[in-house]
Amino acid sequence: MPANPSLAASLLKSLLNIWSWLFLALILAFFEIYAQVETGNTFLFRVYNLQSIAIAASQILILALGLTLVIVAGHIDLSIGFTTGLAAVVMALVIRWAGPEAGWLTVIAAMLAGILAAVVIGLVNGWLVAYLDVPSFIGTLGTYGVARGAALIVAGGATVSIRSDEARAIGNGDIAGFPVPVVVAIVLSVICHYLLTHTKFGVHTYALGASRASVERAGVDVKRLLILLFVISAVTAGISGLIYTGRFSAGAANAGEPILLYAVAAVFIGGASLTGGQGTITGTVIGAIIIAVIQFGLVFSGLPPYWQFVAVGLVIIVAVLVDQSKTRMIGGRT
Amino acid sequence: MTPLLEARGLKKRFGGNEAVSDVNFVVNAGECVVLAGDNGAGKSTVIKMISGVHAPTAGEVHFDGELLTGKTPEGVRTAGIETIYQDLSLADNLDPGLNLYLGREKIRHVLGLPFLDRAAMRRDAAEVMKGLGIELPDPAAPVRDLSGGQRQAIAIARAVHWQAKLVIMDEPTAALGVPEQREVMALIHRLKEKGVGIILISHNLPDIFAAADRIIVLARGVVGGERRPAETTDEEIVRLMMGAHA
Repeated sequence: MPANPSLAASLLKSLLNIWSWLFLALILAFFEIYAQVETGNTFLFRVYNLQSIAIAASQILILALGLTLVIVAGHIDLSIGFTTGLAAVVMALVIRWAGPEAGWLTVIAAMLAGILAAVVIGLVNGWLVAYLDVPSFIGTLGTYGVARGAALIVAGGATVSIRSDEARAIGNGDIAGFPVPVVVAIVLSVICHYLLTHTKFGVHTYALGASRASVERAGVDVKRLLILLFVISAVTAGISGLIYTGRFSAGAANAGEPILLYAVAAVFIGGASLTGGQGTITGTVIGAIIIAVIQFGLVFSGLPPYWQFVAVGLVIIVAVLVDQSKTRMIGGRT
Repeated sequence: MTPLLEARGLKKRFGGNEAVSDVNFVVNAGECVVLAGDNGAGKSTVIKMISGVHAPTAGEVHFDGELLTGKTPEGVRTAGIETIYQDLSLADNLDPGLNLYLGREKIRHVLGLPFLDRAAMRRDAAEVMKGLGIELPDPAAPVRDLSGGQRQAIAIARAVHWQAKLVIMDEPTAALGVPEQREVMALIHRLKEKGVGIILISHNLPDIFAAADRIIVLARGVVGGERRPAETTDEEIVRLMMGAHA
């Protein structure tokens, strides 16, 4: 990198750093103009629309939060899609076993059981990567299959429907006027942001993503760090499963499958890199909102819903291109 | 004067291959000893036996009045020996402050919650670097934005800041341009002024003569010769590196 980057170059660099914000503003403006011209209505300034976007974004975000930490550390967790499903099914089964009279205590116990199932998957992932040196892409692809199979087996291959007002409140209730999933997403985002930017754990995660030798020679227990990362990732995935069961009054093995790819996309749109060492929770939040806006906006504008896959796919490619040009501008990673 | 570090009869065998046969030398405080030798002469193996990475097959290392052999790499660091590897072990995406404190970060509490004290760590880094004669243009910039010489200085600053009594440097100038090589040489002199002992691994003759108080030449796993720079020449050192016995 030159000692005095020219003004234009540094301007371009800062633009690349905030491109996801710009992109979000751009698509919001696009859908607003589209709505005004086509229907004479507003897209953005309607509570129902905002709420729908917020809920969709929350579902993606909760799954993406723990994943962000894992990706910053230079790894990936593909198992989360079915960790979500496993937690959802376990929670539903416990409530069903308890019968229709299940009260709050049962629901809370069911949720704990769901999280526990997720933690087991997280521990296995961490153990594979930390102790057996299995590349995380392969290791978590394996547990993806295991979690999927386990969820289908315990659910008997079917969706486990439940009748519980308490569970419904978890998925559909309000806290101070905000839908519960949105509140959960906000709280978890704040916690993960704190962990990543203000704690030793966060610094070691970034350092691990940049160079394993740097943290190892600093005396950090890298194995413990890796296990912690995969457990956190599994826990946020599990929480997303609990919300699913609450929202739909049913646990399904494939609860997380449709949003797994979106969660991965949100992290990369948010500025993370497959090589590790970069990425932020704020970025992932923006990434999740971008995807939710695209999803809802396309439905809103009456296009066949399948276009959302194409649109999100294109955004992922743009995100990767932005990351590459950023890397080139900072002189490559050595 | 008792030496700061003393290696006695170090030997290391890997399977049937004897990488180091019988190595003896001492390092005094404030002295820079260069371990010179061709590739495969056993320089790295000797260093790893000191830093605790390898256990010697025979022989022992004494440091600052205690037996070092048998300690873990962590224990050796705690005893006061810092090893700076060629890759510097820096986290490129973090600022100098966080790199200085990596693994021992400064924490302040806000409402009972621990928060990293980034500002304090940055200030300390800038100060330690200043003590080494290096002014950081932007203390908040990630380390990857710095020059090779400045990055080397951060690795050295880490050793200085944590009160290392002996610093082992593995080919510190290998990947650097000429001006940066000079910076590193200046850093080595400042470390010596602070009374820190240095073991420098090198096979670059100008570096060897610029930095060394004593040159220990390794050849095929034994000490081929020990010279003071003023008493020897390039040719003699090369001859010793090639394995000719003096």
